[in-house]
Amino acid sequence: MNRRMDPTLVSLAAALPVLLVLGYALPDWLTFYLQVSLASGLAALAVMLQMRAGLVNFGQGLYYCLGAYAGGMSGHFLGITDALVLLLLAVVLSVAVSFIVGFLVARYREIFYAMLSLALSMILYGLLVRAEALGSTDGFNLPSTTFLGYAPEGQALREAGYVFTCIVALAIAAAVHRYLRSPLGAIGEAVRENELRVEYLGASPRYVVHLIYVMAAAIAGIGGVLAGISVGHVDPNLAYWTTSGQFVFIALLSGTGNVAAPLIGAFLLVMIRVYAVEYSPYTWQMILGGVMLLIIMFLPGGLWSLTRLRKKGGLT
Amino acid sequence: MLTYVAIVLDGLVYASWLFMVSVGLTLIYGVMKILNIAHGSLYAIGAYTAASLVGAYFSAGYVPVLSFAVLVGAALAAGLVCGLVIERGVLRFMYGQDEVLMILVTYAIFLILEDLIKVFWGVSPYFAFQPYGMLGNFDVMGLPYAGYDFLLMGLAGLTGLGVWWSINRTRTGHLLTAVIHDREMSTAMGVNVKRVYTVTFVIGATLAALGGAFTAPKISVTPGIGVEVIVLAFAVVVIGGLGSIGGAMIGALLVGILRAAAVHLLPEVELFVIYAVMALVLAFRPYGLFAAPEARKI
Amino acid sequence: MTAILRSEGLHKRFGAVSAATDVNLSVEEGEIVALIGANGAGKTSYVNMVTGYLRPDAGRIRLGETDLVGMKPRQVTRAGICRSFQVAQIFGELTVLENVLIALAIARGGASSGWRGLSRPEWISASEEVLEQFQLAEHRDATAGTLAQGVRKLLDIAMATVASPRLMMLDEPTSGISVDEKFAVMDTLMSALRQRGVTVLFVEHDMEIVERYARRVAAFYDGRIIADGDAAEVLVDPDVRQYVVGGELHRRGGQGGGE
Repeated sequence: MNRRMDPTLVSLAAALPVLLVLGYALPDWLTFYLQVSLASGLAALAVMLQMRAGLVNFGQGLYYCLGAYAGGMSGHFLGITDALVLLLLAVVLSVAVSFIVGFLVARYREIFYAMLSLALSMILYGLLVRAEALGSTDGFNLPSTTFLGYAPEGQALREAGYVFTCIVALAIAAAVHRYLRSPLGAIGEAVRENELRVEYLGASPRYVVHLIYVMAAAIAGIGGVLAGISVGHVDPNLAYWTTSGQFVFIALLSGTGNVAAPLIGAFLLVMIRVYAVEYSPYTWQMILGGVMLLIIMFLPGGLWSLTRLRKKGGLT
Repeated sequence: MLTYVAIVLDGLVYASWLFMVSVGLTLIYGVMKILNIAHGSLYAIGAYTAASLVGAYFSAGYVPVLSFAVLVGAALAAGLVCGLVIERGVLRFMYGQDEVLMILVTYAIFLILEDLIKVFWGVSPYFAFQPYGMLGNFDVMGLPYAGYDFLLMGLAGLTGLGVWWSINRTRTGHLLTAVIHDREMSTAMGVNVKRVYTVTFVIGATLAALGGAFTAPKISVTPGIGVEVIVLAFAVVVIGGLGSIGGAMIGALLVGILRAAAVHLLPEVELFVIYAVMALVLAFRPYGLFAAPEARKI
Repeated sequence: MTAILRSEGLHKRFGAVSAATDVNLSVEEGEIVALIGANGAGKTSYVNMVTGYLRPDAGRIRLGETDLVGMKPRQVTRAGICRSFQVAQIFGELTVLENVLIALAIARGGASSGWRGLSRPEWISASEEVLEQFQLAEHRDATAGTLAQGVRKLLDIAMATVASPRLMMLDEPTSGISVDEKFAVMDTLMSALRQRGVTVLFVEHDMEIVERYARRVAAFYDGRIIADGDAAEVLVDPDVRQYVVGGELHRRGGQGGGE
């Protein structure tokens, strides 16, 4: 392989102008869903990152919510409104918490990893529901966001938020892609395949898992703060385990083949929900469950695997 | 002093409930290595079935005392039907798969069941308070307790004893133990592992439904009641050690008492305390209090 | 005499079973040593103790001046001892090249500095060089899990070599390999290891392999070393013939399982 441009990076770069044009062309409600699904798509990307290492996180909502609340609380209580600062705060909080919690979680694999992370997200949920000052179950609203001193209002604010979300989401996706193709990303796959071998090659599977856990937390935290900015509201449901379940669903649906897949998958999910809820409100989850069973049985590589003829493109 | 009595009694009541809702989960995991996320939905279905049957029973004006039999009957019916459909219809195609994948499978089943419940029973609450009121209130050192809570305690004890007896004293139980111990060996010895799985899953489902059925008279049965249960049950079961019946009992007692203590002494941490205990136990005993870690072999 | 590996007075018990009773073994720079003995004699336990998988109940293990007791396997690897396994430990769903790429990534950067690592083309060409040495080049893009047993074993050993060990411990390098392939596999890996100047210690049941490749043999019986010395002498030792080699002759053809 020579100095050819990486097709995924090129596509991600090309997606930005496309998304921006769409932002102007599409009706507001659709742009809004696009924006929200980019945010939740990042959380699904975080889940996918862990799936690459063979880990299923059933509580990614913990950091999604943490990021959203970090942004929300700084805005609400400290009057910080700059999107970049909120983003930074969300990352700092997510990384700090996941670094500490990671010492516990990184010891576990398989169902224990899944269920322990689920329980942890439920702790946050429980705490937030009890927190009167944070509006308990209702959550609270965020003040309008500013962007490096630029303080738009009304329609301009919506547009700025959309552009910001697009840029951040695509940049994160590109970074994750670079990481997955780096030596370190490869070690993540190695941990999934054979921890004993990794250990005897001289690396610690636990450190690798810990690192992946922290990275995933940071990404989900960013997704969370973007969701908060997009919706203008945060509530404890972000940490509820069914929220996390949806991230797992998206990651499973899109597969681990490409970093763009979870972002697209998140948008598909949102659109299916919009229509499903309208036409038959009580069958929405049923459809999800059915699709999930079908994917598990017939398409274990996720929908993305359909785009490839060869089983695995791999690292090179 | 009174506070401590209250803590112990409240704790026991809550522990009984926890044990009822988690014993099926640990049984299924122990035998089949499936962590059944749909367990909470089975609990909810048990509660709904019981609530609607008890409602019908009382409006028909039959002997009130026998409504307890209706609760048991509801659980049996719900557990048998759902257990068989899920095991025969979905799970059996998945045996031998990764444990993590099985979580996703049962999560999918959970999603489907949650909506099926809404399709069957709608979204308005159901009530089946009659059996609860029938047993009246007791006074324990001045503290009022519902007779029904003592019934639950007895039921939990009975269930625990029943499961223990069936595993240790019956032929089916010995087959279960054999399968838990060594699946391949049991197959080689002529144990019908598939049959054992079906029976185990149905029993586990029935236990979940039983927990739901006997909870129904205490609560208003609404959509989403099963969601909390799976997380709680998981915490309890993990503390004791996944797959251990005795572990589930200890886990339930520990969580029950600690939660009651939290409610009386430090109400802010009530929900938190359960998961904190779980995280603490896992930090020091990675596989729970009563489960042996699996040996690794080169 | 410069011993690079020195193990003294090793003891290890599993309940009533003794896996090692006063095991003393030193290996010198450049030696090729075979460990022989029946199943359960303590050969693999010895390898496991040296490489940090098992902690001896008593005794000392030193690599040069470094004390290895209490180290984790990855620390032992970093210290300079690598190992292969009876059952090849590879990344089954990845390609052969990717397997080696990962081994290189860990050896050169470790989990801590993977971002820097190697630049891509260099990373790949270095891996291909390793494949060449172990005659794995033709399998470059094959999924590792689908390979024949002998090729997997080679890959397993190739990956272990990437960390540039001073001492390589091979646990039954020819187990599971067909009779026609075994010499070819051994020739390939021994020449690759010799090129790198690695000291080799290998566990082996097949006396043909032992005779052909080992200059020195240590015979294990019941957790003890009952003979240790020149291959030609040890293999004709009456005790060894009775307890070890004789047993091997009887179980010819049947492959040995774990220890």
